[in-house]
Amino acid sequence: MTRIPLRPLARILTARDKGENPDTIERENIRQRHEAMRDKDRTRAEGRLLLLGAAFVAAFLTVGARMGLMAATEATEPQTVSQGAAIVAQRADILDRQGRILATNLVTHALYAQPPMMVDPEGAARKLAEIFPELDAERLKKDFTGSRKFLWVKKKISPEQMQLVHEIGEPGLLFGPREMRLYPNGALASHILGGASFGREGVDSAEVVGTAGVEKTFDNWLRDPANNGAPLQLSLDLTIQSTVEDVLYGGMRLMNAKGAAAVLMDANTGEIVSMASLPDFDPNDRPAPLTKGDPSDSPLFNRAVQGVYELGSTFKIFAVAQALDLGLVNPDTMIDTKGPMTWGKFRIRDFHNYGPQLSVTDVIVKSSNIGTAHIAQVIGGERQQEFLGKLGMFEPTKVELVEAPTGKPLRPAKWPEITTMTVSYGHGVAASPLHLAAAYAAMVNGGTLVNPTILKQSHPEQGQRVISTETSETIRSLLRQVVQRGTATFGNVPGYSVGGKTGTADKPKPSGGYYKDKVIATFASVFPSYDPKYVLIVSLDEPVETSGTEPRRTAGWTAVPVGAEIIRRAAPLLGLRPELEPVAEAAVIRVRN
Amino acid sequence: MRSLVFLLSICAVMGLAFWAYRENYRTQDELAEVRRLNREIQDLRESLSMLRAEWAYLNRPDRLRDLADTNFPRLGLLPLEPRQFGNVTDVAYPAIELPPITEPVDTVALNEAGQ
Repeated sequence: MTRIPLRPLARILTARDKGENPDTIERENIRQRHEAMRDKDRTRAEGRLLLLGAAFVAAFLTVGARMGLMAATEATEPQTVSQGAAIVAQRADILDRQGRILATNLVTHALYAQPPMMVDPEGAARKLAEIFPELDAERLKKDFTGSRKFLWVKKKISPEQMQLVHEIGEPGLLFGPREMRLYPNGALASHILGGASFGREGVDSAEVVGTAGVEKTFDNWLRDPANNGAPLQLSLDLTIQSTVEDVLYGGMRLMNAKGAAAVLMDANTGEIVSMASLPDFDPNDRPAPLTKGDPSDSPLFNRAVQGVYELGSTFKIFAVAQALDLGLVNPDTMIDTKGPMTWGKFRIRDFHNYGPQLSVTDVIVKSSNIGTAHIAQVIGGERQQEFLGKLGMFEPTKVELVEAPTGKPLRPAKWPEITTMTVSYGHGVAASPLHLAAAYAAMVNGGTLVNPTILKQSHPEQGQRVISTETSETIRSLLRQVVQRGTATFGNVPGYSVGGKTGTADKPKPSGGYYKDKVIATFASVFPSYDPKYVLIVSLDEPVETSGTEPRRTAGWTAVPVGAEIIRRAAPLLGLRPELEPVAEAAVIRVRN
Repeated sequence: MRSLVFLLSICAVMGLAFWAYRENYRTQDELAEVRRLNREIQDLRESLSMLRAEWAYLNRPDRLRDLADTNFPRLGLLPLEPRQFGNVTDVAYPAIELPPITEPVDTVALNEAGQ
């Protein structure tokens, strides 16, 4: 770079000659030099700014383009993360307590038609009617040749039927994949499982929604993808459920009953190991509910949960338990049983005349209405209501079935003294067999309430205490004596020390009053009575046993043998080993000679 | 010196580009493999659930009961009964095997000798 001198000699000399100040030349040159430097700096800075600007533009363009690209394309799931594959079906399985399948899914197909695409609508209609006898050829023809663009022909078809439809070769007949709910065990536990049907339907899939039972109660849970396909495990045991239903069915036929219910419950946890209601149905092909008549005649009606009946003498144990617990009586207190007992315009009778007096033990063993009524009078209406309320006899059970709230017990609105007396032997309050099972469990398990549940529990829950441990022990011995020498002698099963109480209640007429020859026979039992593990309630609707000279309807002749057979068959399956009853400990007794 | 650095970095860029290219294709192959395996797992799961359903259907108590009844002459299966429970203490100890007698002793003779 050539530097222009600040004081060029030639110009200075000329300026001196002209008498000018040569310094102005120098200043002028300095100024010019500064201007040149400034211009150079400016261009450089401008260039840098331009470069920076270009970089920013490029960066923003890149970001913008990327955003545009992302917004324009379809979102795809990252492929390397593939845990979602664990869910096969949209609805989780239901298992029994041993992990055996009660409900699962099956992939099947639905058949639909698009008439505009059809080549030979009439032939197709005829051939379809041949494959599916329940379809009407005329009606199909009308649908196929009419103005309809789309119609469902069948919701579920088997692979064989699908092949046959394929062989028609009609391009207008199409298949949509369907997930179908399958209950492999048929009618087993049908009332608990309920059933499922299709909800919203599309061509490629259809929603499966529960219609009753646990399927409906846990509908959201079963369909929740967050559970990752975890199955719902019930407290039921498939083998025992099958045995109970089998024996109960046999018993129902043998006793000429029109319906029957059984509840087998773990006395300590409240888990329902088996619950049966007959007649039953196949949840794979759930019948339509009755539109007229008594809903309790429908096979869909769950007698064990929804059927509220006056359960008769099985209630006596509650009055006695309360009186014992309050210290009003002890098992040997003598109670007046002179009959018939008259109260206003009501008369209370016993099945037989039991003489003027019975001990509290014998009131239960012989099932004396009059004796129990006297005990209830001592307790009083208010305390009785409070006690029965605590046992849950006035509220629907909290079992996890959609039908549970419909099994609301019936209780009188007012509670005069006569009600106190009749309720003590089970007339006037109607409850379901499940209520009775839960209350009996609380009576015998040491005196704490259990919450009936259909779900497998991981650990027993200590409920609220209703009676003391000692009272519970006395109750167990009373129940055992009923079977040993009382109204339920047919209930004895060697090795299992069954204890129980019978109950025979006249059925109320819809028009008011009671039938003379229609009863509900109930057997509430516990086994083994020295250390109760299970509570079994058997209830027969209108049983009659005709082997004798005259028909017998009492529970001791009808429900008890059925209950005993259930225990004989189910107890070994429950893993209970037959044992000799522990005898009372030998003690020194002072005897006066 | 400077040109050597340039050359080396160009070589490095080319090498890395080649490596990235290969890695890209390998990743895509692996992803395809994962997709294929996932599809296979899904198919297997589906057939597993189908087989489980079939197993449950074939093992339904009604059918087993009928089968036990039909095959009663051969199998003699009856419902489990309380008396079928056994006690460990009821089982006899195995008989102790005695060693063979190598030197017989004539006890009668000994008795006689003692008298």
